Amino acid sequence: MFDAPVAITIENLGKQYTLGHQRDRSDGMRHAIEGAIRAPIAWLRSRRQQKLQRADFWALKDVSLEIKRGEVVGIIGRNGAGKSTLLKLLSRITVPTQGRIRIDGRVGCLLEVGTGFHMELTGRENIFLNGAILGMSHSEIVRKFDEIVAFSEIEEFLDTPVKRYSTGMFVRLAFAVAAHLDPEILIVDEVLAVGDAAFQKKCLGKMGSFAQTGRTVLFVSHNLDAVRNLCRRAVWLKRGRLHQDGEVAEIVEAYVENISSERAFSYTNADYGLVIQSVVLKNGRGEQTSQFFPGDNLVVEISYHAEKRIEKPILALGVLGVNGPCFTSNMLLDGHRPNRLEGSGQITCTFKSIPLLPQNYTLKLIVRTANVKDLIIPYQDVAYFSVVGDLAEYGYKGDFVTYAQHSTPVVVPYEWRLPDGCTVAVALTRPEAAGVGSRRVRDHL
Amino acid sequence: MTQLLIEAGRTEHQYWRDLWRYRELFYFLSWRDLLVRYKQTVVGVGWSVIRPLLTMLVLTVVFGKLGRMPSGGHPYALMVFCGMLPWQFFSTAISESGNSLVSNSNLISKVYFPRIVITASSVITSFVDFLISAVFLVALMFWYRYVPPLNVSLLPFFVLLVFGASLGVGLWISALMVEYRDFRFIVPFIVQFGLYISPVGFQSGVVPARYRLLFSLNPMVGIIDGFRWCILGGPSNIYWPAFALAVIDVFVLVASGIWYFRKTEQTFADVI
Repeated sequence: MFDAPVAITIENLGKQYTLGHQRDRSDGMRHAIEGAIRAPIAWLRSRRQQKLQRADFWALKDVSLEIKRGEVVGIIGRNGAGKSTLLKLLSRITVPTQGRIRIDGRVGCLLEVGTGFHMELTGRENIFLNGAILGMSHSEIVRKFDEIVAFSEIEEFLDTPVKRYSTGMFVRLAFAVAAHLDPEILIVDEVLAVGDAAFQKKCLGKMGSFAQTGRTVLFVSHNLDAVRNLCRRAVWLKRGRLHQDGEVAEIVEAYVENISSERAFSYTNADYGLVIQSVVLKNGRGEQTSQFFPGDNLVVEISYHAEKRIEKPILALGVLGVNGPCFTSNMLLDGHRPNRLEGSGQITCTFKSIPLLPQNYTLKLIVRTANVKDLIIPYQDVAYFSVVGDLAEYGYKGDFVTYAQHSTPVVVPYEWRLPDGCTVAVALTRPEAAGVGSRRVRDHL
Repeated sequence: MTQLLIEAGRTEHQYWRDLWRYRELFYFLSWRDLLVRYKQTVVGVGWSVIRPLLTMLVLTVVFGKLGRMPSGGHPYALMVFCGMLPWQFFSTAISESGNSLVSNSNLISKVYFPRIVITASSVITSFVDFLISAVFLVALMFWYRYVPPLNVSLLPFFVLLVFGASLGVGLWISALMVEYRDFRFIVPFIVQFGLYISPVGFQSGVVPARYRLLFSLNPMVGIIDGFRWCILGGPSNIYWPAFALAVIDVFVLVASGIWYFRKTEQTFADVI
């Protein structure tokens, strides 16, 4: 086997943050001055008190990794698992508390699209400014200028201040500049969370081609599909430690399994006295699961405890795919709200025979008060699930069935009527429930 | 292939090499600040002439006409302007650079580059204003039909001194401001107070001799005297102890400023 040289070596890396109280922060200066003026004993005492008040926590601990040149590695994990901290250390924004990192090659970092853009400056001016901040030289920017403009599709607005841009234009320009940074090691954080689906695809494509030219890419994302498509290896961080490291499909699968099986979601809104104790997904047979077949029923069970009475709350659930929303159940629209929530109880919503292609999905929940404006629970992820299954069983055929993982995920039952007089019906209904999903029937006219 | 070693508890060896690699960023950040500064203003760059002009008029009227202070035989306005030129630079530089890190916090928490670039380029931005005001000084000399003595050839040295003083103080304040926002209130105070303890509206000669050395601890005393000596000439304007103290002060400020900045720089992203 060909052993590529090592691009990044991480040994025992750790980063500790001190969570000071907000109050400490604001009069830190006074403390410092007081400390210096007071008698030494009092000073020591105040220092000790300060130490007690503070909580240390390790955002990252004992992480060791070796990444070879040309590898494309996805870093996954929940919020707060240490992904961003790791990237910040690698990109030298902050320094480690312990351990060391060795990097061979020029590093380019994309931690946030649009960093260093100035709203008052024009698109053209911002290209130069942002390029320089990201570490490009003037001549490099001049050379790539046309390419950047073409990629961002903002030619006409090049001399308009960026503050007049739409969000989409802004993001396109920002990504275009960053994408033309030409490092040997590219570190990318969740930059694709913005922009429309078409542009996200373009960005992924750019990163893919980058990886194909034998350069090293580290990619942090919650978009597991993107990780799966782009990377060959995945690293799973959990509470600041390296949990698993290995082949991407394996790790992502284990991760999806884990996040959906843990009864992770719970939410408390003290102001309204509402606790969402759990959100559980079940299939049509009443089994708790995170994997569904196309055409399964998706049952969402929300268990709550309302300490105070909540009158006529408005719940809404949304199912989102990799590229955005698929469908929703929304009391705001259908008007069928509970009269009140009081004490413990359950609200269940069953999505019947979900017409979804095998991909990964997110379930989101929002709870509003009767007046619509106030949020009891802000719109957020409450569960993750994946749809799996062999599309051949649903009557899908041909060499390009694998494209289904990038397709628009919702399939409403449809029928082709072909020139030879054939009618073909396609539907994502469970094979055992409705025979064969797609039937070819000779139409006798 | 560039190699990089990041290790806990060790300062980087490559700092100065990095600084060199990012040298163009000094230019780009100053350029940004200059571009932005006068956007959506009517008078535009005119402000960098109007501000010192009005201050000069006020100081001339208060100290020269009402206070009847000596001007060493030169037009009072000219004498005041020679002092204001470095003072205005110093005061805008420390206010701007003091805030520079905090106002660029989004950059600091998202991109790596030597942070000193931010502070230094805001000093450079103020320096451009200084140059514009200097052109105005030349115009003023034409107005008074005044020809400066040969001493003027030594002016670049004093320009360097005032630049160093601004940078040194700017580094200290900007680094301190990251953790202690108190400096947001302290800096305007320093600037306001400094105008009275520096010989801007008057000549150092009016300070009683026994306080002269104490007065000269302020590096701006030596620097402003130096500017006057270069432009207006005459032995009366230079006071050697003040000059020597200024050189020492500037040296200490720059060295300690860099030291403190480097010491705290690594944690900027965590604290800011």
